[in-house]
Amino acid sequence: MNIPRALFSFHGGIHVHGHKEISTQLPVDVAPIPPRLVLPLQQHIGLPAEPLVAIGDKVLKGQPLAKPKGYISASLHAPTSGQVVDVSPLPVPHPSGLGAPCIVLESDGQDTWYPHQGLADWASADPNLLRTLIRDAGIVGLGGAGFPSSVKLQPGPSRPIRTLILNGAECEPYITSDDLLMRRQAAEIIEGMSIMARILQPTECLIGIEDNKPEAYQALREAAQGHPIEVVQVPTRYPMGGEKQLIKVLTGREVPSGGLPSQVGVVCHNVATAHAVYRAVVHGEPLISRLLTLTGGAVAQPRNVEVRLGTPVSFLLQHYQVSVNRIERLIMGGPMMGFALSHDQVPVVKTSNCLLCAVAGEVPANQDPQACIRCGACTTVCPTNLLPQQMYWHARARDFDKVQQYNLFDCIECGCCAEVCPSRIPLVQYYRFAKSEVAARERDKQRADLARRRNEARVARFDREKAEKAAKLAQAKAAAASAPPGADKKAAIDAAVARAAAKKATAPVTPKNTEDLTPAQQAQIAEADSRRAADQPGDPR
Amino acid sequence: MLTDVVAVTTLSSLLGAALGYAAIRFRVEGNPLAEQVVQALPQTQCGQCGFAGCKDYAEALARGDAEVDLCPPGGQAVVIALADLLGRDPPQKGAVEKPKTIAVIDEQTCIGCTLCQQACPVDAILGAAKHMHTVIRDECTGCELCMAPCPVECIAMVPIKQDISTWKWPYPYFSLTPVAKVA
Repeated sequence: MNIPRALFSFHGGIHVHGHKEISTQLPVDVAPIPPRLVLPLQQHIGLPAEPLVAIGDKVLKGQPLAKPKGYISASLHAPTSGQVVDVSPLPVPHPSGLGAPCIVLESDGQDTWYPHQGLADWASADPNLLRTLIRDAGIVGLGGAGFPSSVKLQPGPSRPIRTLILNGAECEPYITSDDLLMRRQAAEIIEGMSIMARILQPTECLIGIEDNKPEAYQALREAAQGHPIEVVQVPTRYPMGGEKQLIKVLTGREVPSGGLPSQVGVVCHNVATAHAVYRAVVHGEPLISRLLTLTGGAVAQPRNVEVRLGTPVSFLLQHYQVSVNRIERLIMGGPMMGFALSHDQVPVVKTSNCLLCAVAGEVPANQDPQACIRCGACTTVCPTNLLPQQMYWHARARDFDKVQQYNLFDCIECGCCAEVCPSRIPLVQYYRFAKSEVAARERDKQRADLARRRNEARVARFDREKAEKAAKLAQAKAAAASAPPGADKKAAIDAAVARAAAKKATAPVTPKNTEDLTPAQQAQIAEADSRRAADQPGDPR
Repeated sequence: MLTDVVAVTTLSSLLGAALGYAAIRFRVEGNPLAEQVVQALPQTQCGQCGFAGCKDYAEALARGDAEVDLCPPGGQAVVIALADLLGRDPPQKGAVEKPKTIAVIDEQTCIGCTLCQQACPVDAILGAAKHMHTVIRDECTGCELCMAPCPVECIAMVPIKQDISTWKWPYPYFSLTPVAKVA
């Protein structure tokens, strides 16, 4: 195993200053439990989770709070014991700064576990059972994308997996959470990977680590002794940690445009995801905490902290004595691919790997962009072999069909092009703008299709009703025409006469109040009768 | 001479028969251009173009009886798409774009007259006579056709609230500062 593995290369990429030594000096600290935790229902790609709890419910640590809705979704668990005090939209870490539904948990300070049980004998367990355990633990890709891991572990029988890759490249500057995890929990990562290998049955298992992390490499190599797992050092080049880039470097295989790694027989997971899989399967613990790098010029003691999901950023900043006033930009993620937070009232979520409290001059602010000089530097560094300059022109002109023709959706938004641009054009912002516009157009199109179908159905219904009415009318007319004219009228009169006769026969009309009359009254009646008889023939009126 | 005449006559009658057969066999129902135009329209069925629905407008466009800038819900994007499809020049001043809205019925005020239900082009209003009506949010196109018939004015058009799934990255606007003044 001492022969170095033959590696491949990906197009472009840049060398960036790592700034990683800042946060690797101190050991990992376990952050205290905050009094109030905010848990967004969507911390993953796919549909938001469905709450299982209501306001006022008492929950224990690790108890499910929300269940996945649909196949591509993930569940959510209580990071500590306490009481649910709110379920409402609150600010979440998102570039829009908009709110999203969250479950708010007030900690009771006890941190009492919900009953849970691990599966020690996973090596002989059914792969489907293992997948279910991973899904129930709410594990998503912890490298930053947040794709539900159980879905990735089910590529389907038509796509046999040859290679399972663990991504420990961590190429983004400032971030060291995977590095520290690999140093500390190498054995657990290896066991987590073995569980994944049990599910996928690949022919080879590789772990890719950039060569700027020798301690992590050494730790994993030692832990992998006796396992069919190869730990590989890859050159330090941004964005080595991109899934498609790492696959290319390790295997030489290229994921097709718009395709998935499973199409080339590869499944790639982050090392932190493998660790979470280990905790979920062997100890029965769901994903309720993660490692987060707290770094940047405004942090007195930059380090990695193990933080519960839902911990407010403001709580972390206060506890670790970050000089908030000096923060120029508060970035969730790294300086290349992260996004700026507009305020610190947002929680740490499953995909938060770094909190960069940058002071002035630390990260390039929005400098004045100059005109594009068509130098082509962006094209030489693009790791996905795109033409950033062309995409920029078309995105700028809002020509979304053209920009899609240049494979906009293969852009991984790594920021290499913007980094090397001598005119300091914020290229990635143009691509993000174009991507969201295209997505919005797609949504509008779907709505329009639905409206058209419904309108057509309505018009068809009207036509049908009209036809039915016309048919009924025609039927009635035909019935009328078939009978002889006047026949029905005569029949109706006869029937009425018969009815009247029958009524008369059963109840003959008798004059009322004719008994017990006084002689005077009888005389009056006789007089009236005679008068009526006299009036009858002449009728003076 | 005679062979030439016979040959040309035979050939033309054969080809004529083939063409005649093809015209019957491969007859296209409706106007295919109108079908394409319908696809480009937003399908609100609002009638703001002056036609009885998107389909009628599309047919008028395909016949060349209508301008391409009559669709307010579609905005400039639809104007350009239509001009592109029909090979016309897009007018400089496009249709005025409005924020997307949906109808909301004030259920306290609704008297259950069913007039709005009859007006809705996409059957997005639910209810029965003398019973409260309500709008199916996901299916309302925001055409405003239900507002006019309502005798108690209980229908309001409410802008669709933006959430994380519909949020769009803004267009990157930057103010340029001159580097140096040219002497």
